[in-house]
Amino acid sequence: MKRSIRFRLNGRPTTLETDGDRTLLWVLRGELEATGTKYGCGVGLCGSCTVVVDGEAVRSCQRSLGDVDGKEVVTIEGLAGDDGTLHPLQQAFLDHGGYQCGYCTPGMIMNAYALLRERPHPTRQQILDAMDGNLCRCSAYQRIVAAIEEVAQGGAGSEAAPATTGTGGAR
Amino acid sequence: MSPLGTRREDWTRSDRPAPSRGMTRRGFLGLVGGGIVVCVTLGPKELFSQRRRRMYPDDVNAYLRIDEDGHVTVFSGKIEMGQGVMTSQAQMAAEELGVALDAIEMILGDTDRCPWDMGTFGSLTTRMFGPALRAAAAEARTVLVQLAAERLGVPEERLVVRDGVVSVDGAPDRKVTYGELARGKKIARLVDREAVLHHVGEFEVMGRSPLRIDGHDKVTGAGLYAADVHLPGMLRAQILRPPAHGAKLTRLDTAAARAMDGVTVVQEDDLVAVLHPDRETAEKALAAIDATWDVPEPEFDSETVFDYMVEHAPKPETVESRGDLAAGRSGAARVFESTFRKGYVAHAPMEPHAAVAAMKDGKLTVWASTQTPFPTRDRIATEVGLPAEKVRVITPYVGGGFGGKSAGGQALEAARLARATGKPVQVFWSRAEEFFYDTFDPACVVRLTSGVDEAGKMALWDYDVYLAGDRGANLFYDAPAARVRSFGGWRGAGTEIHPFAVGPWRAPGANMNVFAMESQIDVMAAALGADPVAFRLDNTSDPRMRRVLRSAAEAFGWTHRAAPSKAADGAGSIRKGRGVACGIDAGTYAALMAEVAVDTSKGSVRVERVLAVQDMGIVVNPLGAEMQMEGCVTMGLGYVFSEELRFRGGKILDRNFGTYELPRLSWLPRIETLLIDNPDVDPQGGGEPAIVPMGAVVANAVFDATGARLYQLPMTPKRVLAALQEAQPA
Repeated sequence: MKRSIRFRLNGRPTTLETDGDRTLLWVLRGELEATGTKYGCGVGLCGSCTVVVDGEAVRSCQRSLGDVDGKEVVTIEGLAGDDGTLHPLQQAFLDHGGYQCGYCTPGMIMNAYALLRERPHPTRQQILDAMDGNLCRCSAYQRIVAAIEEVAQGGAGSEAAPATTGTGGAR
Repeated sequence: MSPLGTRREDWTRSDRPAPSRGMTRRGFLGLVGGGIVVCVTLGPKELFSQRRRRMYPDDVNAYLRIDEDGHVTVFSGKIEMGQGVMTSQAQMAAEELGVALDAIEMILGDTDRCPWDMGTFGSLTTRMFGPALRAAAAEARTVLVQLAAERLGVPEERLVVRDGVVSVDGAPDRKVTYGELARGKKIARLVDREAVLHHVGEFEVMGRSPLRIDGHDKVTGAGLYAADVHLPGMLRAQILRPPAHGAKLTRLDTAAARAMDGVTVVQEDDLVAVLHPDRETAEKALAAIDATWDVPEPEFDSETVFDYMVEHAPKPETVESRGDLAAGRSGAARVFESTFRKGYVAHAPMEPHAAVAAMKDGKLTVWASTQTPFPTRDRIATEVGLPAEKVRVITPYVGGGFGGKSAGGQALEAARLARATGKPVQVFWSRAEEFFYDTFDPACVVRLTSGVDEAGKMALWDYDVYLAGDRGANLFYDAPAARVRSFGGWRGAGTEIHPFAVGPWRAPGANMNVFAMESQIDVMAAALGADPVAFRLDNTSDPRMRRVLRSAAEAFGWTHRAAPSKAADGAGSIRKGRGVACGIDAGTYAALMAEVAVDTSKGSVRVERVLAVQDMGIVVNPLGAEMQMEGCVTMGLGYVFSEELRFRGGKILDRNFGTYELPRLSWLPRIETLLIDNPDVDPQGGGEPAIVPMGAVVANAVFDATGARLYQLPMTPKRVLAALQEAQPA
């Protein structure tokens, strides 16, 4: 059943005339061409499709479009500043080499983004717990944790603080 | 734009020649619009003499172009799947050419623009393609310096090159840029002699760890993968799949799917697909198809596979043979017989196979997630019935491969469906399809007998490997009597035994062979009461192996004692231990040491620390090498602890990550890496060596902790408990 669905996508008002049962992931990747959000397993087990809805990390493969009606959706495309300045998390992943093939990276960064919004200074264990549902087959985990820790210790995580350059991972 | 040159509008460009084999020499020379183009006709000599298969083209195997604005473009058939070769290749070119890294644009895996290449696997990019690329860049520099000498009126010896600027030594104002030199020129050079390459002491770009060229694309989500290609009017396909390999379709009714609004049904020989602009509708249409299948009776399953394969394995090939086995056996004071097993392992890249195909003006363009763009192009051309020059494969970023993206079935499916519908088509496998059509690392068995003499020297090594292949099976210890036989492998003879496809997996076969070999070494050391490191040093004279092992022992803080220690961690059921294992792969020597904690009540094992030491010759990018080593260690934890495909005949039972468990963040040990400085050896492979000792290093540490020996991978809690039971019968 087609209906009008309105939400904010990366700050921009978005309206779609479509079936509310459609899957958020496929709509993002399809007509909205926000292909930074990736399909990995389709059942919410890998985290590649993670986006942030009203501040909470969700698996977009498990959400219907109707679910986000009236809400605020942030994807990896919405993190960098309008002038291209990277979000501190993006900068830290870049500096630490917290990626290899890059396919899980948007989901990793979005999951960490939601974590740091909720809890700006998580402990290492809290980072491990929060990120454990995001799989990286290339196994860049060590550097992913280092990147998130750096931002957490820098007090960043929201838009305010600038990134500091990496030490733990990259040399 | 993406440095891969895959802008969405870019694909329709028709101003490129369309050669049949990738870039031929003539097609390549025709490319020179203005500027300087250099290509290499030399091939790595060892490949031509030792390999029967064609690995590299005999006409052009690397080239680069310097435009009139000084912009450098490197064309390579190798693809970027996370291993960092976009950056390391650019470093090699920048080094020899004398330009900054950011002056270089990489074009990878585009069959219309890049020289022919067999595929990206076997840790060959740096070892085999690297020399050709460096030679092309060095030749370009030679040409540019000659031009500069004419322009500046000084002999070449007085010129220096830095960041794409040639200047007179001691008079930096007398200078000319590469762009100025290339302007108005149409120069094409073929390199057919050995180029003079920079040596380690001269390196300015190689040997360093710049930020990866692909990093920005990857942290912003802007990087394009095959399924991200979006074309107007594109249909998304869902394909009818059998419930098991070997199943036959006996009845098919697509009427309900055909009746759905906007759904296209294609039925062409074995290919039955439904297509729609959005994926969810295509999925519903697929579910509406009524199909009946005849499924053959299973001959074996994940439990009975090992006996079946030893019984049905093909005849052996002798990999290595020295001395007299009978004499070795009689000279041995102690003889040890062991059997090792490992199940099927999936590649499970986070990106499932994806492709987009579109016909335009009689030419088919396919964006594919593949490690083999050129063979994929040829296969599409053959099966779709087009001449090769009418098919172009473009390889965007690949979201993980590990050997699993060599077969490329999805690209062919997309090509067939684009042809059948006349519209652009996306094929993007679900995770269940990915598991079903994976080319698994085969289940395998090693049976081996070894012996030591009174003095603790290895006297005998009689080694038979079934269905893993011989990679990593060569003995690097000095046993005077040794035989290594291989009964079939992951390709060629023996593959017909499996009920589904098998193929190369990160260091194919070597993970099993090194697990068996390096476990057996520890079995002997323990029986003799010898320290495992000392026993290895006593039995190998290979200088590179001795060096990595000694370096590892020092960095790890290895203390001299025999295993097992059965060290208790306070009260309770936790036992701690340490292990060592070595391996040689892709020309690189690796030694790993690990600390584990075993919960003897649960059979669970936690790896707390891993040190990986590697001698890979000259290191092109140290950070890239360390990232590969860390990835090897962590990925290896999967086949060590959890990854074993469950199946019954051709029916795959594990179809997603709920039951097939990959290593996750909470498994992460502390990983330390150490690269041995060895400038005397050319750059060797880096993507695979550190994963091959993972089975043995953990098994040996578990033995040290508990006295229990694990002979089968993965070491599930059930198997650990069984081994503990055997070690300490109640």
